[in-house]
Amino acid sequence: MNVRALIPPAVLFLAPALTAIGIFFFLPVGAALVLSFTDFDIYALASFDNTRFVGFRNYVQLFQDPLFWIALRNTVYFLVVGGPLSIAVSLGAALLVHSRLARWKPLFRFVYFAPVVTTLVAVAIVWRFIYHPRFGLLNYVLSLAGIEPIDWLGDPSWAMPAIILLAVWKNFGYNMIIFIAGLQNIPDSLYEAASIDGAGGWQQFWRITVPMLAPTTLFITIITMIGYFQLFAEPYVMTQGGPMKSTLSIVLLMYEQGFRWWNMGYAAALAFVLFAFILAGSLLQSRLQRRVGE
Amino acid sequence: MVIVAALALAGPGCSRGGGEKVTIRFWAMGAEGENVKNLLPEFERRHPDVRVELQVIPWTAAHEKLLTAFAGSSLPDAWQLGNTWVPEFHLLDAVEDLRPWEERSPTIDSAFYFTGVWETNLLDGKLWGIPWYVDTRVLFYRTDLLEAAGATRPPATWDEWLEVCRNLKRLHAGRDAYAMFLPTNEFAPLLILGLQSGATFLRDKDTRGDFSSPEFTRAFTFYTRFFEEGLAPVGVTRVANIYQGLAEGFFAMYITGPWNIGEFSRRMPDSLQDRWATAPLPGPDGQYPGASIAGGSSLAMSRISKHKPQVWALIEYLSDPARQAEFYRATGNLPARREAWQDSSFQNNARVRAFYEQFANVRPQPKIPEWERIMIRLQDFAEVTSRRERSVGDILQEMDRETDRILEKRRWMVHER
Repeated sequence: MNVRALIPPAVLFLAPALTAIGIFFFLPVGAALVLSFTDFDIYALASFDNTRFVGFRNYVQLFQDPLFWIALRNTVYFLVVGGPLSIAVSLGAALLVHSRLARWKPLFRFVYFAPVVTTLVAVAIVWRFIYHPRFGLLNYVLSLAGIEPIDWLGDPSWAMPAIILLAVWKNFGYNMIIFIAGLQNIPDSLYEAASIDGAGGWQQFWRITVPMLAPTTLFITIITMIGYFQLFAEPYVMTQGGPMKSTLSIVLLMYEQGFRWWNMGYAAALAFVLFAFILAGSLLQSRLQRRVGE
Repeated sequence: MVIVAALALAGPGCSRGGGEKVTIRFWAMGAEGENVKNLLPEFERRHPDVRVELQVIPWTAAHEKLLTAFAGSSLPDAWQLGNTWVPEFHLLDAVEDLRPWEERSPTIDSAFYFTGVWETNLLDGKLWGIPWYVDTRVLFYRTDLLEAAGATRPPATWDEWLEVCRNLKRLHAGRDAYAMFLPTNEFAPLLILGLQSGATFLRDKDTRGDFSSPEFTRAFTFYTRFFEEGLAPVGVTRVANIYQGLAEGFFAMYITGPWNIGEFSRRMPDSLQDRWATAPLPGPDGQYPGASIAGGSSLAMSRISKHKPQVWALIEYLSDPARQAEFYRATGNLPARREAWQDSSFQNNARVRAFYEQFANVRPQPKIPEWERIMIRLQDFAEVTSRRERSVGDILQEMDRETDRILEKRRWMVHER
């Protein structure tokens, strides 16, 4: 009997992947979890002996930190407004591109998908020009409709809508591709049967397209929620969390705590709270979807 | 003296005749980095065996870049170190004590520098950086408005200051206009009033807040009077643009820094160009000028640099009065060397001279790594005060509690280890 006979072949086949996941995922996550129960900070950076185990103190402090609540409120605002908007735009674009009437489909697919693969930092520079209060394209277009210039990135009440607009533009192409795949999976026979029964375009959309896309929509909703909860690059590049903290997101707060002030323990605790939120959100959505499905 | 000079000359420049070239890495921030670039070719010409690899870091990311570089053991040989960051890098043991270098140097001596600024680099009796350029706050004001209010010269004491403010307010009666602008998103004015009244801000070896001390209470009470008497507008949004605000006379006085000389010169309408001036700050007890903050940046040397003599040569080169004046003309950053101020660009500029006078009385802030965080909290409390939602005593006690919370780790470090 050799070793190979003792270990099931499946384990052998999985071993390389499991090892990689273990080293590059579970190990760092475990280390971060341990870190979140310590007060690892700039003093600890000077000497590791200056680290203490503090139990749940980071978590307790976090919920007392006004900045955390501001960041949570901003993130939820971004999620609740930006998420559905992004999904609606993706679905709309997918329907247009998938439509039998549409020509040059590959071209439009490419055009709509292009923002996803462009670098955000480069795009952000362009958008900063678009949002410029005096010379920006957006304010110019609005001025044609007689709307007074808006200081998009400098006004606390407009900065988040500006970020949402940028994020939706940047990301809708990805979901659009998934929606197109979903649309292609709906058999044409369903639409043919429906039109024989006298259903119009609108009815076909609500009675066939929407229900048949339900699994795709659930997937996209969860993916979008996870992505949008981790809002970081847009405000980091465009506003650095300002003005008046109006675009400070949870991940941006985590970055500031971790790398600006070097409060690594606190930042790690923040990361796990964010993880809990995302997990809860995902579970809630799949539960809701199942109930609606029944 | 001659021997010292000869040694120094023989030191960095000539020791390696063998043609092997040493590269030193140097990080500088924002406009400083962009402009120091032009000073480096001359340095390399004078030191043919040294090449300087300059990296320009944006100010917004500078602090985290430096800390991350420390964590990854990839700090450069030399870098621009903000005055208020000295305690952090000292704590990390990342910077070289420059005292021995300074003592041997023929060209760098504490006597050539503004005392208050030099002191920001001292910690534990050692010297952690050489001031490169300096920064402080003075009073910017409208000469015509102050004259109309009966003041022929800027206020020199707190009493005169309040009086001229009240006169201005009376002058403005019925109009929506103020005497001072004290934006609550800037902590500098409140910090300055604290320094002026002799507050130490912290106690117990800098491990606890001492904002409720009589000194800081006095400063804070004085600060609140501007809002109580309607001498300064409440809320920063009332002034969308400070240049326009001063031009329109919405306020007549504003405490700010050297960069605004250029901004006001550019943005004030022509008709007002000779109607604004700068002056050193008033003080509480007759001492004029009253204290202001000692800001700016120093040049620091990495403790683990392999090319310390070359780095020191670079620091000496950038500290040369002629280089400092050149650097001022390029960036508007005020020179740390007092001799550099003999340059004609300073002598003929009264607005810049006010800064020179102010540097005679600048004081360092508490030297602990947490200070910036504490100041940002103080800023939030200043906002609450300006809205007069709570009493001064109440607010300062809470500020102490908040500071104690931030300093919990430091207390443990100092007392239990």
